[in-house]
This record gives sequence, structure tokens and C-alpha cells, in this order.
Amino acid sequence: MSRDYDYTIEAPIIEQNPSHSHINDAIARPLETKPTWKYYLALGISTSMLLFGVVCWGYTFYYGIGMWGNNQPIGWAFDIVNFVFWIGIGHAGTLISAILFLLRQRWRTGIARFAEAMTIFAVITAGLFPLFHVGRPWLAGYLFPLPNQHHLWINFTSPLIWDVFAVSTYLTVSFVFWYIGLIPDFAMLRDRTTNKFKKTIYSILSFGWRHSNRHWHHYEMLYLVLAGFATPLVLSVHTIVSFDFAVSILPGWHTTIFPPYFVAGAVFSGFGMVQNVLIIIRKVFDLEHIITIDTLEKMNKVILATGMMVGYAYAIEFFIAWYSGNQFESFVFINRALGNYAWAYWVMVSCNVVFTQLFWFKKIRRSIIPMFIIGVLVNVGMWFERFVIVVTTLSKDFLPTNWASYIPTLYDTGILIGSFGLFFTLVILFIRTMPVVSISEVKGVVEIFKKQH
Amino acid sequence: MEANSLKSNLYGVSAIFSDTKKIAEITHKVAELGYKNYDVHSSFPIHNLPKKMKLKWSPLGYIAFVLGISGAAFGLFLTWWTMSVDYPLIIGGKPWFSFPAFVPVLFELTVLLASVGTAIVMLFIIFKFPNPKHPLHDTEYMKRVSVDGFGIVIEAKDEKFDYEKIRSLFSEFGAEKIFDIYYSPEELNYKPKVFEPKFIVFLIFLVVLTAFIGYFVNNKLFYMPPFDFMLYQFRVNPQEESTLFADGFAMRPPVKGTVARGQSFYQFKGQPEEAAANLINPLLPTEQTLALGQKKFNTFCSPCHGWRGEGDSRLNQQFPNPPSLHTDKVRNWTDGRIYHIITEGQNIMPSYASQLSEEERWAIILYIRALQRSLNAKLEDVQ
Repeated sequence: MSRDYDYTIEAPIIEQNPSHSHINDAIARPLETKPTWKYYLALGISTSMLLFGVVCWGYTFYYGIGMWGNNQPIGWAFDIVNFVFWIGIGHAGTLISAILFLLRQRWRTGIARFAEAMTIFAVITAGLFPLFHVGRPWLAGYLFPLPNQHHLWINFTSPLIWDVFAVSTYLTVSFVFWYIGLIPDFAMLRDRTTNKFKKTIYSILSFGWRHSNRHWHHYEMLYLVLAGFATPLVLSVHTIVSFDFAVSILPGWHTTIFPPYFVAGAVFSGFGMVQNVLIIIRKVFDLEHIITIDTLEKMNKVILATGMMVGYAYAIEFFIAWYSGNQFESFVFINRALGNYAWAYWVMVSCNVVFTQLFWFKKIRRSIIPMFIIGVLVNVGMWFERFVIVVTTLSKDFLPTNWASYIPTLYDTGILIGSFGLFFTLVILFIRTMPVVSISEVKGVVEIFKKQH
Repeated sequence: MEANSLKSNLYGVSAIFSDTKKIAEITHKVAELGYKNYDVHSSFPIHNLPKKMKLKWSPLGYIAFVLGISGAAFGLFLTWWTMSVDYPLIIGGKPWFSFPAFVPVLFELTVLLASVGTAIVMLFIIFKFPNPKHPLHDTEYMKRVSVDGFGIVIEAKDEKFDYEKIRSLFSEFGAEKIFDIYYSPEELNYKPKVFEPKFIVFLIFLVVLTAFIGYFVNNKLFYMPPFDFMLYQFRVNPQEESTLFADGFAMRPPVKGTVARGQSFYQFKGQPEEAAANLINPLLPTEQTLALGQKKFNTFCSPCHGWRGEGDSRLNQQFPNPPSLHTDKVRNWTDGRIYHIITEGQNIMPSYASQLSEEERWAIILYIRALQRSLNAKLEDVQ
């Protein structure tokens, strides 16, 4: 126990120093055992949420986006709020898998695979919202520069097109990164299974990987290259998402602090989500020695740090609104804190800045239930942050005669619930079909610590 | 099985070692002895092993660099060609080639091509995947390696391959187990199955399916709700009657006794001679007014009267030919007389009052005067 309080010695990332075959068994167990009723209950709840969302989306598909509460002057509301929220959730995964890899943070091994998978699911979920919002989703192909008989091209100077490129590149590269990591694990499962059907599937998925060190040699280089590209990519994605707002000329959106502020916020909310889901996974699948409390504590520190960055951005926005002397800018921020959406603003501030300060206490950083609750609050707060940015700015623009309030309809709310349903359905299916922890990386880390002792 | 046939399809001799230290030692030895076709297997990468195996520096970094540069070049070409050459549009007051606004797309394409391309190069070109039929698959050896063993294989095709010597070398270094690995006979006689009837039928099926889906989507699906939003709209098409207004017209006449902004009441209706006497061209023949006149003449007058007003129009023989504008009669008309014809029409020429503003009509008249002068130039015009 004394090691917990001595930060001069690096604590072992994997506890109990397990043997290699134990690692294989522990990680492959969820794939080889029959799920319990709890699993089906969780799957049932998430698919019900998904189904509700699908019905609401079906109505929107058929009748158009008039089903939503969006109306002049609030042309962007839940759709864009949810889009930014889900894209943000994805950022933690790439941060853990790429940036922490480059920084040689070995504690990432236990959680990297899972976080990457969450990135992909979150980006899929996020990508659906702009698709709904174009109104005629079947024509969304024209968002890409496809040659057509009109000789007409997309507008490459538009932030919305940058978004199309950023999000689709992000999805593709995250998927490749994730899949490259999965290949050796699929090969391990292929060698392990006795079921002929499973063997065929794993053979196809592993491409015939044979654990060769001549391959590992290139593989490690590729992993480094991919991490090197994914790092600026993840920073660019939320930067470009923030350009959707910052490039416009609306007070409250037109600020240069948006890119770093959005990236910090994305990492913040993503870590909240990853921490929440991992707490459940490690409990349910007995992976507490692989996804350790030390790892969770480190994640909580990241949450604390990024939460304070976000808090700093809130303060600076107010300072600039006052310092610039721009009366529209000042009005927007006073309206945010004291106007008709003040409740949303204060939910955001308390969840993102105030409650996370509890992570200064070591006891709270290391106890499961408080950190879980704070993780949930972080995501509530970050959802409201996007709501505050999008809706308060639009609801009171330059002309007081235009002012209006936004009230979400059943369909808005249904699609929001459905997006959570989709995300969790994908997560729940993932944990039963693929190894949730990178087997080869965990073995490598165990080997390193064996040498040290 | 006889020893001879055993040898003929022998892939190699392999050995399992129990820890990283032992595998490093044997690898070092095998490399020292000068074997070329050998490989070390482990379920995670072992550090320093590439050095001991004397592997060359992986070229993937350079490949990623080249692919990244290609991505950037493609992005630059795409944005430049579409936005500045093929369909130049001024958007937000930016120049046609507004490089800063193209940077995000350029960057994304760089990352996309570099990362996806490098992964593809590694898997499918360097590793020659997919390769699920490799002799090492489905062996006891591979099963041990993927759990906790560290294995080494020396292939039979190596020049220095000596069955007995290698076996004794492996046991000398403390091998836990030694396996012989064989090609399966089917694999040695493997032939590609591209032209098998099953595969051909599958391809034909795919073609038919794609064609059917393409036909269905383009000719049926897009005419069903909700995909037909754009086809059926609340508007009155030509030859249709409005159900909203009692008179059945979709367009409304101006309220009686009113004149719309920018228009004035034409006071010489049906009175050409009055118009000729009273109307005076308010415009001066400047470069601007003549250019406007030329543009409007070419658009509205030239289809019948011809580019130079000689009545030699592109619609010759399809309609009765209009008279030339260079007759003495027209030359001697006042501007007001011509204005009256443009405004009211004459014979089968309709009124152009709805297409041409008053200023444009007067500009056309100035241009007609210039045409008349050019085809009937006097000697002093040349001098």
C-alpha cells in the first residue's frame, strides 16, 4: 500500500504480475462464455433507447426537419449540440491511444483499445446528426466533391465542408488505427478457438497474422507513424468543429479562443465517458487487475486538468467580452449568465468547473462511486456547454424583434435518447465480440515490469 | 510416411523457448551462423530482437512521408482546380485561390492518405496479406507462440539448412519443444480459383444486382415519397389553373390605377406619331450606354433582326423575315418612333416592355443608330 503514496516509483501498470496465459484467458473470457441475464438487460435497455430514436428519426426522414423545434432564429439546436457532444466524446480515445503512446505513458495499455473503440462509436453517432440535419439525407453524397453533370463543386472555403473532411478522415484513421491494433489479438483468438465458425471469422479478420518478429518490426513503425498522424488529426478535428462557430460573425461564436477551448472540452468529456464505461467493464468482467485503480486515478487527474482549462476558457470569454468594449459581445455573455437560459449556464459551470475540483482529494480520485458520479456530471455539464453556446447565441441576435426561445420537441429528445442508445448498443456488442484490452500490449508491459523486479 | 517424402514438403524446423532471454540468445546465435530464412515468433514485439536479427530499418516512415506529400499535392490540386479553374465562384469576398481557407481540407487529405496508405502498404505489399494458408498456421507451434511461448523457425529453403544440426543447436540452447513444420499437400498444389464457375456466377449475380438497384433507385425510388419533395410543390405549373384565385391565374395584375416603383405609365398607347413627335432619348451615346445597348440588342433583337440589324437573322425562313433596320424609312424615324415599336410591338413583333426597362430600350436605340451609321458611313467618318 505504501507504493500508492510514493510517486517516485512507477507503480506496476498491471497488478498481480499475471502469466501470459492468464492474460489471454482473462481477456478472451467475455468472448467465450455465455452472457448472463444482466448483459441482456443492458442490451435490452440500450436497444430500446435506440429503437425510440429510430422511430423519431424515421418521422424526421419522412416529414422533414420541421418535426424539430428549430425555427428562426434558432436554426441550429439539438442536432448540432449532439453532434459536437459526440465528436467530443470520441477525442479521449485518440488522445489515449495516440498522444499518450507518443508520450510513452504505459498506463494507457489497459484502456487504449476500449477508448479507441469508443472513439469510433462516438464518431459514428456524431456523424448521423449532420446527416439528419441536411433534411434530405439521401442527397448527402453531394457533400463530397463528386464530379456531376452540373460541373458544380462543393465550396472548399466553407467550415461545414472542412467538417465533412475532418470527421470522415477522423473516422477512417481511427478505424485503421484500431484495426491495426486488433490484428494480433484476432490472430491470438484464431489460434485459441476450437469452434470452426469462429476460426474462419478470426482467420479472415487477422489476415493470416503469424506473430512474426519480422512483421512486428514493421508493425511497431506503423503504429508510431499512425500515432504521429492521429495526434495532429485529433487536435484538428475539434478545431474545425469549433470553426463552424468561430468563422461566423455572431457574438459569442466569433472568438479565437474556440479551437483550444473546444479541444480541451472534448478531451474532458471524453475522459468522463471512458472512465464511466471502464468502471462498469472492469467490474463486470473481472479485469480489475488489468484496468487498475491507478489507471482510473490518472484519468481523474486528466479530467481535473482539462476541467480547469475549460473553466479558464469560460472566464476568458467574459473578460474579453468586457475588455473588447463590444456591446453585442458583452450583451451575449451577460445574457448567458443571467438571461432566459441562465439555468443551463449554471448547470454547465457547476458540473464542469465546481464539482471536478473534488478530484483534488486523493480519496475521491481513488474511490469508485464518487468518481463515477463526477464522470456523469462532467458529461451532463459538457452537453450543456454546447447547448449554451449554440442556443443562447442564436436565441438573442442583433434584432430584438427576432428574439425567440427554443423548445425541443418530442422528436429532438427522441433522437438524443436514440443516440445514447446507438452508442451503448455498439459498446455492449463490442465487449462480447472483440478483446476489450490489447492482449499483445499488456503482455509487453508485463514483461517490462518483470525485468525491473 | 517415408523419410524422403517427409523432407520434400518440409517447411522448416521450429523450437519453442520459455522466456525472452533465451530467445534472444538463440536468435543471436542463428544470425551469427549466417542463416537467412529464419523467423522469430512471439505474441508481442521483443525489444532488441530486430537488432539481433540484423533487420533493416523499416521503410514505412519514408513511405508515409511520400504518401503524405502526395495527399497534400492532391488536396492542393483539387481545391485549386475546382475553386479557381473549373467553376470559379467568389464566396465571402475571398479570392478564387484563397489558400488559407483550403488548408483544413489539405491537412485532412494529407493525414488520410498517409495513414491509410501506409497501413495498406504494410499489410498487403510488405506482408503479402491476406495469407491464412501459411504452413505455420494451425500448428502446435503457433498455438504455443500465441499464448506464452517464444518460437524460432529455420526454413528448409535456407542454403545452410541442415536438419540434424539445427535440431541439436536448438536443444543445446534449451529449447522447450522442437517441432517439424510441413506444407500441407493441397497447398503445394494450390491453384487460383478465379475462373471457377461458382465465382463467375457470383460475379454475374453481383452485376445483375447492382444494375437492378441502380435502375430501381434512379427510376422508381426517387419518385416515391419522401424522395419526391422537389417534384411536387405548392406552385402553379405552366398550363395549370390556380385553385387559389377566382380568375385561375397564378400571377396577379397590378392593383388598378397604380404604377409599380421604377416604372412609368406609357402615355402614347396606340399613337405612334404622337410618340415620334414627343419622345426624346434621355441618354447620351457614351461607352457605357452603347455597351448596354449592344448587350440588350444582341440578347433580344438580334435573334430576328440579325447581329447588325440587316434582317438576316438566325431564325431566317422560320418566321417572316423582319425588315432591315438600314432602310431610309427606319433611318429617318425619330428615336421616339422606334421606342414606340419596342414598347408596343408592331405587326408580328411583340411588345418588349416587360423584358426591357425604359433605360435599356433607349440604350438599344442608341446602339441601332450606331449600327446604321456604321453600314452607311460617309466619307468624312473615315477621314
